[in-house]
Amino acid sequence: MADTSKKLTFWGTFMNGLVTENPTFTLMLGMCPTLGVTTAAMNGVSMGLATTFVLVFSNLFISLLRNIIPDKVRIPSYIVIIASFVTMIDLMMQAYLPDLRAVLGTYIQLIVVNCIIFARAESFAAKNPPALSVADGLGMGLGFTISITLLSMVRELFGSGSVFGYTVMPASYQPMAIMNMVPGGFITLGLMMIVINAIKKMAAGRGRREEGLA
Amino acid sequence: MSTFLTILIGQILVNNYVMCQFFGICPFLGVSKKFDTALGMGLAVTFVITVASFFTWLVQNFLLVPLSLEYLQTLAFILVIAVLVQVVEMALKKLSPTLYQALGVYLPLITTNCVVLAVAINNITDGYNLLESTFSGCCAALGFTLSLLLLAGIRERMELSNMPKWMQGFPGALIMAGMMAIAFMGFGGLI
Repeated sequence: MADTSKKLTFWGTFMNGLVTENPTFTLMLGMCPTLGVTTAAMNGVSMGLATTFVLVFSNLFISLLRNIIPDKVRIPSYIVIIASFVTMIDLMMQAYLPDLRAVLGTYIQLIVVNCIIFARAESFAAKNPPALSVADGLGMGLGFTISITLLSMVRELFGSGSVFGYTVMPASYQPMAIMNMVPGGFITLGLMMIVINAIKKMAAGRGRREEGLA
Repeated sequence: MSTFLTILIGQILVNNYVMCQFFGICPFLGVSKKFDTALGMGLAVTFVITVASFFTWLVQNFLLVPLSLEYLQTLAFILVIAVLVQVVEMALKKLSPTLYQALGVYLPLITTNCVVLAVAINNITDGYNLLESTFSGCCAALGFTLSLLLLAGIRERMELSNMPKWMQGFPGALIMAGMMAIAFMGFGGLI
């Protein structure tokens, strides 16, 4: 990174959410939808995008109102703002994508208590100007989307032998039913975290070696 | 009477909100490092869910339905829950400062525990009456407490054992939770 100053840039904030502080694998936030809806890759993508929508708009509005909302009532105010956008996306999905809404079920309404959104409102949007807050919302939202899409692809591959509904496994493959159930979710996420920690460690090790050479 | 027995067994064992439905995973993983804090958290959540189930049912049937404002359900319910948590916090501060101290930061976090909202919404979807809603809320919360305590007990043991380094912390806890969920699947045939 050439830019070492403390000043936050749009791109830097976006990448921070996407990679450095990935909400799922680094911050361990928003675990319920991460595990609950990830039995098929399509569900993962749509849940991620719905959450991103709410995150971007709630960040934007909380940031715009950050100097107006009194500190004492900030939590109820945030909740009202977040819940309004959740209701909007819920009603839109019921109108335009009723099948998907039926699959995702209560989890759409539960976006309102997704800790990612609340944590970003409290720790970012409440302190930063609107443009940066939107960048943070986009980065965090897409970081979340990518993580849960990855998780749901792995689960769908082993649980149903397909990816995004296309069968990829040979016909002789016996789907592992447990991957579609609750235990499969926990165990897959645990194993993926081991892999991601290992990759991070390798990347950090390479970074250190390069620094040593320079 | 049989309805209540079904709710009791269903909410605690068969459809345990954490182990069988993936609700409330954040506190489940976040607060399960120590048995004592897990117990405190479980009790506080039990109280909030029980009272929240009571009030959200009233709000739904005496406020939202007569005014045909059902689409504001999410908003109304989360406000009820946020207010309740605030009340519990203030009451505890006055009545039992020791417990208040022990729970610390976990108290306000109950608002964003999705079990609370999920139970409230499911009570309405399942068409329970006021008494059944409150009872089902209480049982769901006990189920949450049970799984939280089980994982906390296991994790306290895991601290002492010699685990490979890459398994320590969250990955180990997640895989352990997966094993627990497999065990809970065994209750599937009870109802």
